[in-house]
Amino acid sequence: MAAESFVKNLKKSAVAALWLSFLTMPIMVIRVDTVEKTIAWRWMHLVWMLVGSFVFALAWHFLMDRRDRGGAATDANVEPTPSRFAVWLANPRVNRPLMALGLLFATAFPFLFSVYQTNILISALIYVVLGLGLNITVGLAGLLDLGYVAFYAVGAYAYALLNHHFHLGFWAVLPVGGILGAFFGILLGFPVLRLRGDYLAIVTLGFGEIVRLVLQNWDAFSFGPSGVSNIDRPGFFGITYSVDQATTYIYYLALLGVLLAIFVSGRLKDSRVGRAWLALREDEIACQAMGIDNTKAKLLAFAMGATFAGFMGVVFAAKTTYINPASFTFMESAMILAIVVLGGMGSIPGVILGAFLLMLLPEYMRAFSQYRMLLFGATMILVMVFRPQGLIRARRKIYKVNINTVDKA
Amino acid sequence: MEYFLQLFFSGLSKGSVYALIALGYTMVYGIIELINFAHGEIYMIGAFTGLIVAGLLTALGWPVLAILAIAIVVAMFYSGAYGYTVEKIAYKPLRNAPRLAPLISAIGMSIFLQNYVMLAQTPDFLPFPNLVPDFAFMQPFKSFLGTSDLFIIVASIVVMAALNLFIKFTRMGKAMRATAQNRKMALLVGVNVDHVISMTFIIGSSLAAVGGVLIASHMGQINFYIGFIAGLKAFTAAVLGGIGSIPGAMLGGLVLGWTESFATGYVSSDYEDVFAFLLLVLILIFRPAGLLGKQRAQKV
Repeated sequence: MAAESFVKNLKKSAVAALWLSFLTMPIMVIRVDTVEKTIAWRWMHLVWMLVGSFVFALAWHFLMDRRDRGGAATDANVEPTPSRFAVWLANPRVNRPLMALGLLFATAFPFLFSVYQTNILISALIYVVLGLGLNITVGLAGLLDLGYVAFYAVGAYAYALLNHHFHLGFWAVLPVGGILGAFFGILLGFPVLRLRGDYLAIVTLGFGEIVRLVLQNWDAFSFGPSGVSNIDRPGFFGITYSVDQATTYIYYLALLGVLLAIFVSGRLKDSRVGRAWLALREDEIACQAMGIDNTKAKLLAFAMGATFAGFMGVVFAAKTTYINPASFTFMESAMILAIVVLGGMGSIPGVILGAFLLMLLPEYMRAFSQYRMLLFGATMILVMVFRPQGLIRARRKIYKVNINTVDKA
Repeated sequence: MEYFLQLFFSGLSKGSVYALIALGYTMVYGIIELINFAHGEIYMIGAFTGLIVAGLLTALGWPVLAILAIAIVVAMFYSGAYGYTVEKIAYKPLRNAPRLAPLISAIGMSIFLQNYVMLAQTPDFLPFPNLVPDFAFMQPFKSFLGTSDLFIIVASIVVMAALNLFIKFTRMGKAMRATAQNRKMALLVGVNVDHVISMTFIIGSSLAAVGGVLIASHMGQINFYIGFIAGLKAFTAAVLGGIGSIPGAMLGGLVLGWTESFATGYVSSDYEDVFAFLLLVLILIFRPAGLLGKQRAQKV
C-alpha cells in the first residue's frame, strides 16, 4: 500500500517537475539583451530546475499526504495533545531555570562577544519588540496590518527630526515616539474600522506607502531620500559614551525593551482587553453581540501595536544615527509580518523565536543572503500550507476551578 | 486645451492597463474572496516573457507588428500557466483554512516570484524594445496622443469586450457567474468548481500579461519590481470600482488613471502614488463597497 502510493507520488512528482521546468524555462534559461541584440542560453539552469522541482514535488506530496491523514490536527479549533517535549518545557521547574539562563546569557552577551555581534543582536532585539507589537494587532486582534513599518518610521523620524532641529535627547523623545506611534495608529484605525480583513490589509499597505512616499518627497520636512544623519546616541545623565560603549548601552536598552514588551503583551493577552481582542479575531459579530465595544477594541489594538513600533523607531534611529526612507519599505512590513506568522500568531515565545530565526539566520548565512527573500517567500507559503499555526502554537490561558473551594464559597 | 487632452489620453491609456490588471483581481475575488497578491507579479512575468520573445524574434529580424502579436500571445500563455500553477500551490491547499492564511501565502508567493525573477534575470532595469511603430495617420494627433497610447486603449477595449462576451455567452462564463454567486450551490448543480477557479486564474493572468507587454513596450524598460506597484494600483482600481464587479474594475481603472494623470499634471508629479492611495482610502471611507459594488448585509 505504502509502496503503491510512493510510486504514484513519484509519477506525480515527475509530471510536476516537467511542468515547472517548462514553466520556468523562458525566464530561467534565456536572457536577452535588446540593445546589443544578443541572447544568452543558460541550459544548465534547466537541469537544476528539473532536479530541484522533482525533489521539491516529492517532498510536497509526502507532506501533503501526511497533512491530509492527520486531518483534525490542522483544524484551528482543536487543541492537539501537546508533544512530550512541550509538556517537559511547560513544567515551571524546567522553564524557569532555562529562562534565567537565557537572561544571564543575554546580560553577559556584550562582554563575551564583539561589537559587531552585539550590533546584530540589537537589530534582532528590535525586531522581537516589533514582532510582539504587530502580534497584538495581527495575532491577537486579527487585524491584518501591512503598513506596520509606518509607525516604526514615525518613531525614527520623530527622534531624528527633533534631535536635528531642537537637539532634544533620546530620553526626552522616547515617550514622544511612543505617543506619536499610538496617535498614528489611531489615525489609521479610524478610517479602516468598517473594513473587513482584506480591505483592511490593502488600506494599511497604502497607508504605509503614503508615509514612506511623503518622507521621501517632502524635502523641506524630512530631507527627502537622503535622510537625516548625525543623530545623537543616547546619553545617560549627561555622560557621553564612545561608540563601543554606546553600542553596549543601546544593547541593554533594547534588551530592557524586549523584557518590557514581553511583560506588557503577556499581561495584555490575558487581560479583559486581550480576551476581547481574541473574541474580535474569532468572530466580529458574535463579539459585538457579547457586549464588547468593537470600535474601542480595534482602535486599542492598532494603538498598542503602533506604540511598540514608535518606541523602537526611536531606538533604531539612536542605534544607526542615520535614517532614510529606504529603511521603511513594504518589505520591512512583510518581514515583521513573517516573524509573527512563522513564529505562530498570538504566541509570544513563537514571535521571539521567529524574530531570532529570521534576523539571525540571514546574518550568519551570508552565502545565502542573495536567496534570503526568495526563501522568505517560500517559507511563508510552506508554513501556511503545512503548519498554519506557526512554529509555536499560541495557547489560551487555562483557568482551573477547584470544585471544593467553589462549594465552600 | 492641448495639455488637457494630453493628460486625458495618457490617463486613459494608463487607466486601461490598470483596468486590465484589475480584472484579474476582481474575477478571483469574486469567486474565492481572496486578494491574489501575486497577481502583480504575474503581470511582471508577462512583461518579462514578452521581453524574452521580443528579444529572440528581433535577433531573427522579424517585422515589429508580428513580434508584438507573438509576444502578447506567448506572454498570455505563460502568465496564464503561472496563474494556474500559483493557484494550485499556494491557494488550493488552503481552500478551507482561516481567511488570513491564503492572504499570507499570497504575500509569500509575491515575494517569491519577485526574487525568482530578480535572481534568474537581473536586478537592474532592462530596456524593452518599442514594438508599436508610429503610424502615418497618427501624425495630426501626435501632440497629445502617441501611437502606443492609442494601441493600448484599442487593445484594452477589444480584450475587455471579448471578456464580457465570454462571460455572458459561453458555458464556462455562465459557470463562473454561478460560482461567484454561490459556490456551494454551483457545486450542487454540477459545476466543476475547481475547474472554474483554475480557469478564472488563467484568464485573469492572461489579461494581466496583455497589460504587461503593452505597458512595457510603452515605457521602454522593465525590472522585477514593476509588478508590486502596478499590482497595488490595479488592486486600488478594483476596490475603487467595487471588487468582484467586472465593469467596476474597468471603471475603477479609468478613474484611477485619470486621477493620477490630472493630479500629476496640475498639482505635483512627486506624489503620483500618494494620490492613488489617498483616493483608495477616501473611497473606502465613504463607499466601502466601491463605486459599482453593492452594499450587502453581512450574513451571520
